[in-house]
Amino acid sequence: MSTTTQPATRRGFDYKKFLANNGALVGLVVLCIALFIATPDFLTGQNLLNIGIQVSTVAVLAFGMTFVIVAGGIDLSVGAVAALSAMVSSWLFVSAGLPGWLALGGGLVAGLLAGVVNGLANAYGKLPSFIATLAMLSVARGLTLVISDGRPIKTPAEVSFLGGNLGPVPMPIVVLLVAALVASFLLNRTVIGRSMYAVGGNAEAARLSGLPVKRILVTVFALAGVFAALAGLLLAGRLDSAQPQAAAGYELDAIAAVVIGGASLSGGLGKISGTFVGALVLVVIRNGLNLLNVTSFWQQVVIGLVIALAVGVDVLRRKTRNS
Amino acid sequence: MSQKPLVTLQNVGKTFGPVTVIKDVTVSVYAGKVQVLLGENGAGKSTLIKMMAGVYQPDAGRIVVDGRTVTLPTTRAAEDLGIATIHQELNLVPTMSIAENVMLGRMPTRHGMVDRSALRNRARAALSLIGLDVDVDTLVGELGIARQQLVEIAKALSINARILILDEPTAALTRHETESLFAVMADLRSRGVGMLFISHHLDEIAEVGDTVTVLRDGEFIAEVPASTPEEELVKLMVGRSIEDQYPRKTGSAPEPVGSQPVGSRPAEILAVEHLSSSGKFTDINFTVRAGEVLGIAGLVGAGRTELIRAIAGADHYDSGTVTVRGRVLPKGNIQAAIKAGIGHVPEDRKGQGLVTGASVNDNLGYATLASTARLGLADFAGQRTRAQAVASKLRIRMHTIDQAVGALSGGNQQKAVFGRWIIAASTVLLLDEPTRGVDVGAKVEIYELMNAITAAGGAIVMVSSELPEILGMSDRILVMRDGKLAGELAAAEATQDRVMTLAARDVDEKN
Repeated sequence: MSTTTQPATRRGFDYKKFLANNGALVGLVVLCIALFIATPDFLTGQNLLNIGIQVSTVAVLAFGMTFVIVAGGIDLSVGAVAALSAMVSSWLFVSAGLPGWLALGGGLVAGLLAGVVNGLANAYGKLPSFIATLAMLSVARGLTLVISDGRPIKTPAEVSFLGGNLGPVPMPIVVLLVAALVASFLLNRTVIGRSMYAVGGNAEAARLSGLPVKRILVTVFALAGVFAALAGLLLAGRLDSAQPQAAAGYELDAIAAVVIGGASLSGGLGKISGTFVGALVLVVIRNGLNLLNVTSFWQQVVIGLVIALAVGVDVLRRKTRNS
Repeated sequence: MSQKPLVTLQNVGKTFGPVTVIKDVTVSVYAGKVQVLLGENGAGKSTLIKMMAGVYQPDAGRIVVDGRTVTLPTTRAAEDLGIATIHQELNLVPTMSIAENVMLGRMPTRHGMVDRSALRNRARAALSLIGLDVDVDTLVGELGIARQQLVEIAKALSINARILILDEPTAALTRHETESLFAVMADLRSRGVGMLFISHHLDEIAEVGDTVTVLRDGEFIAEVPASTPEEELVKLMVGRSIEDQYPRKTGSAPEPVGSQPVGSRPAEILAVEHLSSSGKFTDINFTVRAGEVLGIAGLVGAGRTELIRAIAGADHYDSGTVTVRGRVLPKGNIQAAIKAGIGHVPEDRKGQGLVTGASVNDNLGYATLASTARLGLADFAGQRTRAQAVASKLRIRMHTIDQAVGALSGGNQQKAVFGRWIIAASTVLLLDEPTRGVDVGAKVEIYELMNAITAAGGAIVMVSSELPEILGMSDRILVMRDGKLAGELAAAEATQDRVMTLAARDVDEKN
């Protein structure tokens, strides 16, 4: 009952609190140990690199989604925007004859623009983000098909490089780590990042405190668009071509990763580290089930149960802590 | 009291983990009587009524209903024994009709379908018990708070409640609405309903109560008749006598401060000229000087909140100007208003004032997040220092500055909203119902804070529906009626009657 902070208990690590606050991480570790015991193929260098490559697309998409969910919205268009951005990039290279690096930049700009449109529709057009981005999902996927005429287009070398290797390390993993650092920095250290939590927690209180809520929302969706574009370019780079149906349904994986990572769909809560762990949980489960020769049909069932379990445990935990 | 109580909480206790919230408290509710529960926020009132309502189970002691010891494992069990609670936050579905709300969970059916006519008839019968005459097909969301509350009471009575727990029912009501609620309570009392009543308004106790149980820090302090003088009640409640509920020396014009030449009047800080907003308020003119508290009185719906919001930049307006220190503010621009020195403490603390899930530290810093940043990077260390300083200055009672602000008591939450503007060095504070839902001790602290702000040369505009507060804290009082200024009174000449006459004249009682 005073304004002083409690004396820091330096003696001994408060493992109970750590476990309570990092349920997804604990789950991930348990999962890895179980897989390590179940199959010798899990803990091999090659498999771990595979996991790293697979997680890169989902995680980068999910980082962008984290901004949106923290700010109290949802972005259903990230998968379609990822595909559109990659397609725009390849089209700029192949059909418009731009240099590869410009084509790569053009792809990112396409994602940015799609995000800005989402943000404007949500903040100024007063469309709920669910609806605005559902519309964008359809528009972006449609435009991807229009541009490509439904056929894959090959990527410039600069984009293919993103899917290649940097020495022994696959580039997607490098991009993933850089994206994680940038996203975490944006969310934690910058004014715009801190504002996202306020807007998601209570938009009206944020507005009356002088925060430019509409501009913040546009920025949030713009960031989600850029991260989606980056994810799309990573995916295309691995295949050496932009596919019209790439990343279909990935928005749901991204949302699942963010939510498993401890964010609240009602806004104001969420961390990039949590999202990273959430994405890893999804990918490790898929990878493990593959190694154990479980069919992809059953994999979907398992993934669904894991999402329900992760969020259910989180809700329970918050409830017991609050009462 | 030879009469047998309807319900008694006997020597009950309740602990949450290591914290003892209620210790050995006994309280009874009698048929046809209003038992008042009095105590500061955190005294344990809510915990106590939750035990009576079946939300919590006591760890010690017992609950006796009609002479039999009972357990109330659920609210349903309490309702079955005739105990109903009207919570401060109403439990109604705004998108459903009054009839559906009254009969929620007990919809009359015929052949498996909702029997609409039976539904309406039974809801009408319930409403007639409390003399509420409205169309039962009206959506609850279209009703004002006062009528929503009456719908809740009707709902409780329709399940044959004999014991009504009313948790701060008057907190959001105007004086007029409160009186109609009291009329309903008097009627219920004459029909033998026992009531447990909680209120922060001391003047209501003598008006509506029979006996008062005073709690402090979870312990039973005294049971006294409701006619006990207010000062005595305050003393019992806070454990010391509060010298002065309204610590402002009104009428004494503040001394010039700062660079003012000796003898001149303090400078006008805020000037509002011909401000109009269609359907809200018309042609409002006033000025506020440095060191002054301007009170704005009026009935709910007179346009006071709308006026304050327009000045703060929260809403657009049609014409007129707002000038701060000679500079005209752009319309509907909160950032510009803040830059000019305006700080707005909105009426709905949880809905508009705070991000309740975020920390005290974060909440104190929102207004200065951008202005203290360097190259777009938030100033974490500086913010923490500023927040710690202002929290200890305002005596915000909390465990740590990283605690969620929603976990604090109402008074401490309100201090956090004030603290945000103190960090922003605001000099014109616009306060909308600054002490709503705040207990007596914290109220006085907020008043002292207002005095400190004006003593430092700031100016305050305060909208309040509590007349004693308006009269006790204002240097000048504006009265609004139907969106217009109905009159201005100096503190010395203002009385409750004069204010109410200005506020209510020509208004027929539509409500």
